[in-house]
Amino acid sequence: MKTKNFGWWALSWCIIALLYFFVPLYGTLDFSLREEKGKLSFLAYQNVLSDPQFLNSFRYSATMGIITIVVSILIFLPTVYWIYLRLPQARPIVEIITILPFVIPVIVFVFGLIRTFSHPPLPLTDTPFTTDLLMTAGYVILSMPYMYRAIDIGMRSIDVRTLTEAAQSLGSNWLQILFNVIVPNLRIALLSGALICFATVIGELILGDFLVRPALGPYMVVVGRDQAYEPAAMAMLAWGLTWICLGLIQFFSRGGTSQQLSGR
Amino acid sequence: MMAWPGLAGPRQSHIKMTAIATKIDSPKVLIRSRSFESLRNWIGVLPFFLFILAFLILPSTNLFVGAFQDQQGHYTLANIMSILSDADVLRSYAISLKVSIITSVIGGVMGFFIAYAITIGKAPTWLRNILMSFSGLAANFGGVPLAFAFIATLGHTGFLTGILRNICFPAAGGTQSCPFDIYQAGFNLYSVTGLTLAYLYFQFPLMVLTMTPALEGLKNEWREASENLGGSAPQYWWNVALPILWPSILGSAILLFASGFGAYATAEALTGGSIYLVTIQIGDQIRGDVLGNQNEGYALALGMVVIMAFCIVIYSILQRQTVRWIKS
Repeated sequence: MKTKNFGWWALSWCIIALLYFFVPLYGTLDFSLREEKGKLSFLAYQNVLSDPQFLNSFRYSATMGIITIVVSILIFLPTVYWIYLRLPQARPIVEIITILPFVIPVIVFVFGLIRTFSHPPLPLTDTPFTTDLLMTAGYVILSMPYMYRAIDIGMRSIDVRTLTEAAQSLGSNWLQILFNVIVPNLRIALLSGALICFATVIGELILGDFLVRPALGPYMVVVGRDQAYEPAAMAMLAWGLTWICLGLIQFFSRGGTSQQLSGR
Repeated sequence: MMAWPGLAGPRQSHIKMTAIATKIDSPKVLIRSRSFESLRNWIGVLPFFLFILAFLILPSTNLFVGAFQDQQGHYTLANIMSILSDADVLRSYAISLKVSIITSVIGGVMGFFIAYAITIGKAPTWLRNILMSFSGLAANFGGVPLAFAFIATLGHTGFLTGILRNICFPAAGGTQSCPFDIYQAGFNLYSVTGLTLAYLYFQFPLMVLTMTPALEGLKNEWREASENLGGSAPQYWWNVALPILWPSILGSAILLFASGFGAYATAEALTGGSIYLVTIQIGDQIRGDVLGNQNEGYALALGMVVIMAFCIVIYSILQRQTVRWIKS
């Protein structure tokens, strides 16, 4: 057989991949440094980072990201735990539900949210606070495939039943079992889920845009219309943030990146 | 490999503990009837189902019911008929399908061969690690920043556009000929071509991520068996490897199609909505009811889900047939 060694055919595909990865990355970096004519500078980055609107929208999206992580863990962790412990027959249906956000395009999902919650009996879009509640619910749904998978994979690798029985025999109640026994064993899985969840919320455009909240995504679109170099700087910052999130997951789990799938 | 740090303790001592647990708990457990137990078990997942019902099922069905109602709430098929004969709607579906099919086919082929190169193609480990890490990154790098990156690289004043423009050759009569001004040559980033290039940035890495495990699953013995029976390389690929890989390839391609078909942010940021994808049209409909009829907007959205559901049905049928074919 021909492909005993690393041949020209494989090599040329690797080169194509590297070029496709690095040319836009380098191009964006180069472009982002050229705001001042004739020399390289970080002016575009300074402009972005000192814009109060950027800071506000970043703070808003980061806060929403953290709230989303907490809510998703509170919903999915007990559910997955319970399915493993007592209700294995519910697994197929829960699995189908958790991949539904891949099947329903985000714009269609947001359309549905707006149709359902913009008028009585549940007018959630009337005040900023209730809109944020709706946003959180939306973010939890959008990041559900990643969070559920992360917890599911983590739960699969521990002996839920034995741990539970051990804790019960020592007199723990359900809350103690969940938070003192299960969570410490799942911390890597939870961290991976949390980081992907955060990256999803930070980069999300559609929910913030159509529910008219000051998230980072809509802010970036506005800057992209008005300015030339700042968008490139923001693209580099976004790239760096994604890199940090995924790097941390890889560092903590010492595994491949094959468990992550794209999310837009 | 790191072990699960918190696991060593409980696991080593669990035998003794379950023995105790059985002694203490068993009388209580025996008293409870089976049906009560199973009902109580379902209550444990109730919060999850209520959340899903309120924020996923209800909004979606609400939308789809709206597609079959007129403005007074009577059931009708008029919305469906109306958008099926609306030239703008059909055009936007055609563009969306074109972009997502092209990017999933090109991205699928690229991704397949790159996954091939780093598994069966025996790329060195460092190169494999770089490509896998970057695939994970690029597959997650979408939305608005992706559009910005491509504008900075291939826009009118972009990095690559500038470099290509400065490549000049001396031509006849002492003038300089600069054949690489891509915008004069008809290239336009703010078009379907540009959108395709940008989508490919996350499409082929997604294929690499999903195909690499499948290609790793191809056993060496199968190839050796094929060689021993006198099979050539093309025969091995056509008769052995491809039938096994077919479900993974098709499944990944459908995943690629779905992520291209549902994408909104990149197109919005790159072209300001001037490429009329279905997602952009739905966005306009949410903002200002461009169709002049809310219920036709719901029908427009329903169409997207029907196409996605159709893909998944086709996929599962094909996969079942392939499995049956392998068994016999």
